Amino acid sequence: MSASTTASSNSSISGSADPLTKDGQPLKRSLARALRREKLRALFLIAPLLIFILISFVLPIGDMLFRSVENKIVEDTLPGTVRALASWDADSGELPDEAVFAALADDMMLAQEVKIHTRLGSRLNYDQPGISSVFRKSGRKIKALDNETAQAGFIAIDPAWDTPDAWTALRSMAAWPGKFAATAQSWKNWEAWYLSEEKEALDPTTTVPHGFTYAALYHDLASMPASDITALANSKNTTAVALFKQLAGKIDTIGNDDFKAQFADIDKGWADIDNWQAIQRLSPRIVDSYFLAAIDAERTSEGIEQKPDNERLYLKLFVRTIFMSLIITGSCILLGYPVAYLLANLSVRASNMVLILVLLPFWTSLLVRTSAWKVLLQQQGVINDLLVWAGVINEAGRLVMINNMTGTIIAMTHILLPFMILPLFSVMKTISPTYMRAAKSMGASDSLAFWRVYFPNTVPGIGAGSILVFILSIGYYITPELVGGTTGVFISNRIAYHISSSLNWGLAAALGSILLILVLALYWTYDRIVGIDNVKLG
Amino acid sequence: MSALPAYASTGQRIWHYTFRYVICGFILFFLIAPILTIIPLSFNAEDFFTFTPAMLSLSPEGYSLKHYHDFFTNGDWQQALKNSFLIAPAATVLSTALGTLAAIGLSQSHVPFRRAIMAILISPMIVPLIISAAGMYFFYSRIGLQGTYWGVVLAHAALGTPFVIITVTATMVGFDRSLTRAAASMGADPVTTFFKVQMPLIIPGVVSGALFAFITSFDEVVVVLFLGSAGQKTLPWQMFTGLREQISPTILAVATIMVAISIVLLSVLEMLRRRSERLRGLSPS
Repeated sequence: MSASTTASSNSSISGSADPLTKDGQPLKRSLARALRREKLRALFLIAPLLIFILISFVLPIGDMLFRSVENKIVEDTLPGTVRALASWDADSGELPDEAVFAALADDMMLAQEVKIHTRLGSRLNYDQPGISSVFRKSGRKIKALDNETAQAGFIAIDPAWDTPDAWTALRSMAAWPGKFAATAQSWKNWEAWYLSEEKEALDPTTTVPHGFTYAALYHDLASMPASDITALANSKNTTAVALFKQLAGKIDTIGNDDFKAQFADIDKGWADIDNWQAIQRLSPRIVDSYFLAAIDAERTSEGIEQKPDNERLYLKLFVRTIFMSLIITGSCILLGYPVAYLLANLSVRASNMVLILVLLPFWTSLLVRTSAWKVLLQQQGVINDLLVWAGVINEAGRLVMINNMTGTIIAMTHILLPFMILPLFSVMKTISPTYMRAAKSMGASDSLAFWRVYFPNTVPGIGAGSILVFILSIGYYITPELVGGTTGVFISNRIAYHISSSLNWGLAAALGSILLILVLALYWTYDRIVGIDNVKLG
Repeated sequence: MSALPAYASTGQRIWHYTFRYVICGFILFFLIAPILTIIPLSFNAEDFFTFTPAMLSLSPEGYSLKHYHDFFTNGDWQQALKNSFLIAPAATVLSTALGTLAAIGLSQSHVPFRRAIMAILISPMIVPLIISAAGMYFFYSRIGLQGTYWGVVLAHAALGTPFVIITVTATMVGFDRSLTRAAASMGADPVTTFFKVQMPLIIPGVVSGALFAFITSFDEVVVVLFLGSAGQKTLPWQMFTGLREQISPTILAVATIMVAISIVLLSVLEMLRRRSERLRGLSPS
């Protein structure tokens, strides 16, 4: 019960006026103030570390969780395409229309200029194998695309379209960028392209855009109803009025380079509806594709489906990680229980000696213990030599105990065993020997007394130790990496692979998030059983 | 079980001794043997990872210090050793200072959101290292700390603080608060009280927390593998690459040195624990 409630209940007992302190303040208020000061002081002491941990640890974890769904690369690289593609019906069985291809040409022109198209290709390749070569190839050939038909068409209608004034007028219209979404996007691309190519910002009073922007304008106008163009011709800007009056009724004569056919010539991947479906599916800034990949599922036209059995990789790895962690936990119980029992039943002096044997491995560097096992378990190592010498196996029959599951299980059981012994020991210490004596005095045999009286008392210790060992084991990286070969590795090793070798960070983040959720759930259980404050060290 | 009663039957006697010397003996052997085996192997005169006939016959030619010599003259190992001793102390100072303050704050009687704060502060110990490493790698490369000395120090400090908090809070549990009140009643201000009364009592906890933080950083390999660049190659990192690529017997010499370091640390910790219990008026067990 906190001090403030004590004070209020006191005053309600005394009834009438609140008691006052010496300086004339009501007691209740000065108690509350003292309490507040104490709370503030405590928070003030905690704050530096809390801020430090939040910034250097919690924020990075949050960042990782976010990375597992983040997907802004598609929209950032192909902004116009994503916008144009939004209205395409992926199930129609037809390729997107010409406007989408024109936008793609425009976006790719900029993307290859700033060299980001291959990065997008690799990203899309995670979900649509083969698409990265399409992007690589298109990047090389994009400059050779015919793109000036629309421009020539506009100029044929009115030579004023070849002047910067026409674009200045267009961009100052009230309908810009609302009615000219594709053109406005194309203009932005053009500005960025110009900056990258010429190393200076473009001056809109002296330059007209490249052909792609004219093509975008053509598509914007072609998709408008005729009444809209009439409306544009009645705007306030006189230059614009002149331009659009000329244009009215002649849009069809402008013409367009056939980007669709040109792209299909560059790479037939662009004529493949599957690729377009993948691009459309991955257009949003937040996607679940990494999580789907992490559980071996994929989104097809029929919805989310599990991959065929022989392509399932991560679920199998998760299952193996959990299965091996369970074996390691089980071995730790089997080996840890007798030692903890011995520790709890020896004299203080003797048990301190035995405890040193337990604590020394606990304190020895993880890498030292792993290297020890690597040395002991290899085929020309100490254990095999010993077995051959003893005649248990012959020279040809040397056991393969490393770079497989056995190696991981032996080494990790050794490494995690102290984490089982110590909590078990602390529970067993508290079990009074009189319980066993009482059971035996009433006629129970040794084994009956043990199983019915002693063992049930140690179950909390087994629970605490098991969860601890399991939590530690499930996220292990170093030991499986060094002694696990290919069959004895855990999900952590796959995460590390995706971070440093395949560079599929999104998938690494998704796998990590799933692992984190598993561990936190177990930890929550641990907290319920043992309590967070009861974590003991040595 | 501690002593066999005089009336124990033969069967009970057999079980007693089997359990104590065979079963437990085997498990303790399993625990300690790998560590003990590498010590003589590190003195191997050959580049083998097993006992040579010369070693088994205890002839002096079978033993040499060449692997130790290699460790102390090889530039890679020396650089790694130096990096380890540059990173670990900095991380220790940071995590001990922040952790001790926070532990004192947490052991006050009225702390709002105590459980939530504790959960956040302990989290670096709970989250699997590979996830911490991944998260920090992504985030620190965003802010330009990836591959820098301070990036590794900050990460190691974060990993070490839970240990400081746990050890210091443990020494605060038996702390008699009337001592600070007595100091205050005799006119000492909070700062004086802290340094003259509270600090001497919790110092064993602080030192053992610092040792834990040190060993955490000194032994840490996963985070430094991702966060560090070649310039931050620490001893465990060097061992890890050595084990993964081409295992050289120098690793055994390094391992033996590290076992010696852990024995020293373990003894210091045990001494501190006894001292702390004596100071707090508990009888050492």
